[in-house]
This record gives sequence, C-alpha cells and structure tokens, in this order.
Amino acid sequence: MAFIEVRGVCKGYGAGAARSEVLRDIDLDIERGEIVAIVGYSGAGKTTLVSMIAGLLRPDSGTITMDGKPVTTPSPERGVVFQNYSLLPWLTVYESVALAVDQVFPERSAKERQAHVERFVAMVNLTPARNKRPSELSGGMRQRVALARALAMEPELLLLDEPLGALDALTRATLQGELARICSESGATILLITNDVDEGLLLADRIIPLGVGPAAKLGDSIAVTLARPRDKKALNHEPEFARLRGQIIADLISRGPRRRPVVAKPAAPAWVATAEVAQ
Amino acid sequence: MNAKSFMQRMADAVLLPMVGVGIVILLWAITSATWAEALPSPLKTWEASKLYVLEPFAKRGELDQGILRFTWYSLTRVAKGYALALVMAVPLGLFLGMSKLFTKMFDPMVQVLRPVSPLAWLPLGLVLFQKPDPAATFTIAMCSMWPTVMNTALGVRSIPQDYINVARVLKLSRMKRLVKVTLPAALPYMFTGFRLSLGIAWLVIVAGEMLTGSPGVGGFLWQEYNSLIYEHLILCIITIGVVGFLLDRLMSMAETRLRVA
Repeated sequence: MAFIEVRGVCKGYGAGAARSEVLRDIDLDIERGEIVAIVGYSGAGKTTLVSMIAGLLRPDSGTITMDGKPVTTPSPERGVVFQNYSLLPWLTVYESVALAVDQVFPERSAKERQAHVERFVAMVNLTPARNKRPSELSGGMRQRVALARALAMEPELLLLDEPLGALDALTRATLQGELARICSESGATILLITNDVDEGLLLADRIIPLGVGPAAKLGDSIAVTLARPRDKKALNHEPEFARLRGQIIADLISRGPRRRPVVAKPAAPAWVATAEVAQ
Repeated sequence: MNAKSFMQRMADAVLLPMVGVGIVILLWAITSATWAEALPSPLKTWEASKLYVLEPFAKRGELDQGILRFTWYSLTRVAKGYALALVMAVPLGLFLGMSKLFTKMFDPMVQVLRPVSPLAWLPLGLVLFQKPDPAATFTIAMCSMWPTVMNTALGVRSIPQDYINVARVLKLSRMKRLVKVTLPAALPYMFTGFRLSLGIAWLVIVAGEMLTGSPGVGGFLWQEYNSLIYEHLILCIITIGVVGFLLDRLMSMAETRLRVA
C-alpha cells in the first residue's frame, strides 16, 4: 500500500444544474520519500486537489488515505505551502515559524524549540530578516517564510501548491534552485503542484500531467530519471531533459484545448483571491 | 521643502479654519444683534464665561465650578460607561462573528436594541439602580456598545480564509486561535468600533447629566438654562464639541498607528 492513496476522488462546486465538476475520478499514489509533481493547466483544480489531500476540503466522493488512515481533517502531519503565502501579517518571520513549532512540538523545552525555529529560519536564508513582518519582505522572502513554517513542522507530507507561482520570473528561477536544495535536505515526501514543466523536471522524481477542467483527470505518470543534484543551467543541454520536456508538453497539449501549457497565474478558488497578503 | 509650500501648509492648517471660525462668530453676532435678542452676543458670552474658562479647575459650589473641572466629571462618567460598554460589546461581537447559530439567535435582538435612544434607557437605569450615577453609566454603556458589537462581528467575519487555514493546519486550540489569529485579524475593525462607540458615549453624557442633574458639562448646561444664564449654554456647547473632537482625534490617531503596525 502506498503512503498516500487517493482513490476515485471527485469534487465539484455548486449544486443541481449550476454544479460544475472540477475534478473527476482522481487516482494518485505517492510513496514515502518521493517527490511528485502535478503539472497542469490554469484553473484545472490543482489547488482543490491539494486542499483535499491537506484535509481542508472534503471530496464529494472517493477516499484519501495517508499511511492507511483516512484524511478527514487538516493536520500538522501534512504541511501546506500555499501559492499566496498565507502568512499572518502581524507575526515576524521568527514568530511565524515559532507559532508552528510551539504548536507541533509542545513536549520540547523552550530552548529546544527556539533552536529548532532558528535552524529553519537559517535553512531558508532569512536569519538577517528574522524580526521583519511580511509587509517588510519581498515576495520571494515571504514565500521562503511560508516554506520554513511548513518545513519546521517536520511534516510527513509536504504539499506545495504553486509555491513560486506568485513570483516574477527571475526570482522564481533563483528560488527554484533553492527549493530543490531544501527539498532534498528535508528528505520529506513532497507533492508539488505547478504549471511550469521545467520546475517539475528540476524538482520531481515523477511528473503527472493534469488535464484541463472542468472535470479534469490525471494522466499517466512520467518518471524523471535525471541525476541529482540537478542544475537548472546544465539541464538545458541534457538530451534527456529535452526529451522529457517534449513528452510532457505533448501530453498536456493532447489533454487541453489550448496550444501550450499556460504559464499565467492560475484561477484559484474565490477565497484565495480575497486573501492576498496586505502590502 | 521650500518656503512657499510651508506657507501653504500653514494657511491650510491654521489660517483657513480661523477664517471659518471668524465668519461663524460674525454671523452669530449679527444674529444676536438683529432678530434673536435672547441669544447672547459673542462678547457677552465671553464676559460671562471668563471666570469659568480662566479658572478652569475652581470649585465655588456644587454647581458652580470651572469648565474643565466639569469636563473632568463628565469624562470620568463617560470612561466608566464606555469601559462597561467594551466589556459587554467585545465578547458579544466575537460570538456574533464566530457562530452562525449565535447570530441567528441574537442578531434580531441587537438590531432592535441598537436604535433605542439614551432618553429611553435612563429611566430604566434609574429603576434598576435607584441612583443617578450607575444609571448614567448603564445608559452610556447600553447606547454606545453597538458600533463595537457590529464592527467586531464584521472583523471576525472578514478574516481571510487563508488565516483560518493556517489555524486549521496547525490545529490551534480555540483559545490559541482566538489570541493568535482571530483577535489580531479583527483588531483594525474593532478599533473603528471603539472610536464610534466613544463618540456615542460622549453624546449620551449630556442627556444623562441633564436628566439626573449630576455635576458635569451636561448638568451645568441644564442648570444654567434653568437659571436663565444663556451665555453659559454656548460655553457648554463649545466645550462639548471641542472635547468630542479631541476624543475622536485621539482614537483615530491610535487607529492609524494600529493599521501601520
């Protein structure tokens, strides 16, 4: 039995004739320690899928289990990094991470927890900014705070929902490399959701294309056999990289009405749009 | 910064408001000199009020005291009523914001009680407490709590789903969620409520003191009306207005600081 098992999950919004199905018959297995990327179109229901695996949303039908136990509520065992950071604006970098650490490791001494927080703040290179609030941080820094907060909980599964989606292209490229380092350092099981094929290839062991919505379905997974550590610049000259890239893009095109995967900001559920972090 | 812009700013902040005050005093003088003979002229008002303004803390008798001393009595009374209002309003607002069931049960009640005038609450307060002072406190609390109730509830309802998701993923306890997420997120809204509530509390004080005859700006106003010393009515009106304005400024300064932080 796989670590994470998603079986026949369907999810729609609205009721009756107005109902629109977002995801249909989703099956997904993730083994412990694996890094899986789901690459798909904007508005295909990627965030909905992550929310369901996190336990924030319940599927209309089908089951989700982790380690054989059904997922029904959110839990610190499944850390989530949302596309829009979800930082509390009144907490500093340190306090944000400490909130999670104090909650998840209440049995540890104050000193141990403090060291734990410092370690994860350092892991995302934010020690110099540890006493700053989100409004004083750049987008990339905020994203790293969210990542540190999720990693510090030492979750068994880390869900990354378009973790770099809200960043400009240059910051995004820089952070991809950093994310690859942090992911392999943490050794966690990771489910990455992205609309960027290159990002998936850089980070994942396996890529699963997601078709276009409504009623989006997952495709067959494609193993990424590239050697690690992967370097973004070197990869561009790797024939295997080009082959995989071509295969995934072709797969996505065959699933969608559009000519190429869209790299624009995906349409998120309504509540995400209202929750942009205050500048 | 050049001199011209400094002059400009001085004109905006000081000169133009002074011109406005001057025009109003002129109209007042003309009015009292022509068709409203009972209205004291600005000069007469000043002559009669001088003692109260220049010796603001003097106490010559129970109802013959300096204007700031009266103001101080009124402010302490307001502070008591306002404190009671906040103590009742914040929990009520939090419950209204957090629970749909609670809202369905109590929101109609809130909507019915909200528009009740202070003049209607005061006799009930007198019946309940038998003494004028607690009755005034009660009246101020009952009238001024509603903006805080409504804004606190709105603040809690407007918390972004993201913040709630953070609390859910971390499995924060109810208490921790309240302290770490709900209250900080709702605080800017709550402060708007606090400011509006304070404004109402200050409005109510005059009616409260008039009806109970307690010493304070409102009580003084009513007593001087009965003693036919109309100059002092104007002194009281100006005092009430200025104090209300200063309270509002103070609260909005605190509010701005809070939003920046």
